Amino acid sequence: MDVIGVGSLPIVVLIGFFTGVVITMQMSRALAQYGAIDQVGPIVAITLVRELGPVLTAVLVAGRNASGIASELGSMKVTEQIDAMRALGTDPIQKLVTPRMIATAVMLPMLTIVADFVGLIGGWSIARLSIGLPSSQYWTSAYQALEYNDITQGLLKPFVFAFMVSLVGCFYGLRTTGGTQGVGHATTQAVVVSSVWIFVLTSLLTRIFVNLQ
Amino acid sequence: MTTASPNQSAQNPPAAASLLRFENVTISFDEVVAVDNVSFEMSAGETRVVLGSAGSGKTTLLKAAIGLIRIDSGRIFLLGRDITNLAERQLFDIRSQVGVLFQEGGLFDSITIAENVAYPLVNRKTNQLSPAEVETKVEDALRFVELSHTLDKYPNELSGGMRRRVGIARAVITEPPLVLYDSPTAGLDPITANTIMALIAKERDSLNAANLIVTQRFQDGQLMANFRYNRMNGHLEPVHPNGGGDPEGSNPTRTTFMVMKEGHLIFEGTQARLEASTDAYISKFAPHHNN
Repeated sequence: MDVIGVGSLPIVVLIGFFTGVVITMQMSRALAQYGAIDQVGPIVAITLVRELGPVLTAVLVAGRNASGIASELGSMKVTEQIDAMRALGTDPIQKLVTPRMIATAVMLPMLTIVADFVGLIGGWSIARLSIGLPSSQYWTSAYQALEYNDITQGLLKPFVFAFMVSLVGCFYGLRTTGGTQGVGHATTQAVVVSSVWIFVLTSLLTRIFVNLQ
Repeated sequence: MTTASPNQSAQNPPAAASLLRFENVTISFDEVVAVDNVSFEMSAGETRVVLGSAGSGKTTLLKAAIGLIRIDSGRIFLLGRDITNLAERQLFDIRSQVGVLFQEGGLFDSITIAENVAYPLVNRKTNQLSPAEVETKVEDALRFVELSHTLDKYPNELSGGMRRRVGIARAVITEPPLVLYDSPTAGLDPITANTIMALIAKERDSLNAANLIVTQRFQDGQLMANFRYNRMNGHLEPVHPNGGGDPEGSNPTRTTFMVMKEGHLIFEGTQARLEASTDAYISKFAPHHNN
């Protein structure tokens, strides 16, 4: 949990911040054409909380932890540690998969909240320094733009992603065959498959939530 | 020196219970038959040495014995229970009553040596011991393999031979009636290999456990067949002190040799019969010289 959570924090903060910065810069140009540059706060808030926060954090965690889980379990598999665990009468699923799943499910939503928040700060820094929007206007409009529906889907998504990412990592790790090369292969597979699934799942979940409104 | 050790009668119980029985077992991976129609039976206190070249199916045989590999046909009985069609969950309990040494030791590299050795005790469902009792047992088990100074080390800090010895300590800490050894001497130098085999013989004669030893080296089996651990002086002693091989019919260590070739069990019998065999493949394992 420490590795997944705290270890991922710096990169999540960095990526979150610069995502906020980039959205604000891009949107301010588009919004300026309609004279609606003061709407940049709500746009950053909604895109981040609904979509980019959960997805980007999950992709980062997939890259860091699905790969980590897959290579760790894969190495255990090829060095017969998984077999040893089974031979000693213990369940590798219970000993290895469950704790990783719980850790990811706890940490990913928290990391997403951090990414959302840091992203909003990134947006604010551009709005304030480059566009010259007053701070209070940015924060108030951003806060008011968010509805329950946004928050719910913004927190449900990372939860779903967490289970998927850790399961994919464990799945490819535990079915590793073929020595060191096999571990590398399993790691790559885990990252690719979990990243693709993040985008598939977010499309499905967004579709459900859009219909709810 | 006499071979009539006081516990000899205890090691040869009149009616031995069957610990492991294979009935026409066939295992294949992707259409390649790894084990073909193998049958044998092991009873309490018996030693079985399975010889065979790499890829002859001997490791597969061992893994199938505790249900780590699913078999295609036939039946396997372990500790009197038919494990052929048991679900993974039901197997855990039976497996925890059998000791296993894996090829490279199979130690968990993320935990210390002491935690590794304690693992079978701590994780078994029945008979929970207090942490202090576990600690004593772990110390005893590591002293048994002469590695008591490594308690707080991690597996990657030990040499290959030491890891194998820790593996033995972990395999026998629950004092199982049956211990399986997967290539205990593979990749070791002859001196270390001998130390490992001496430990296995010591374990056999201290706990009176049955042993299934899968190996490529005939010398491993020879040591098991012809030497016995003397608890009085703590040394290994030949069972035939006057020298000479094991005469047909007398087999005080109850050691049986089995030879696997391309998935087939092509030989089963005593050392004398193995050495007398004229089969080209079998003779490669048993050089035709006694001693």
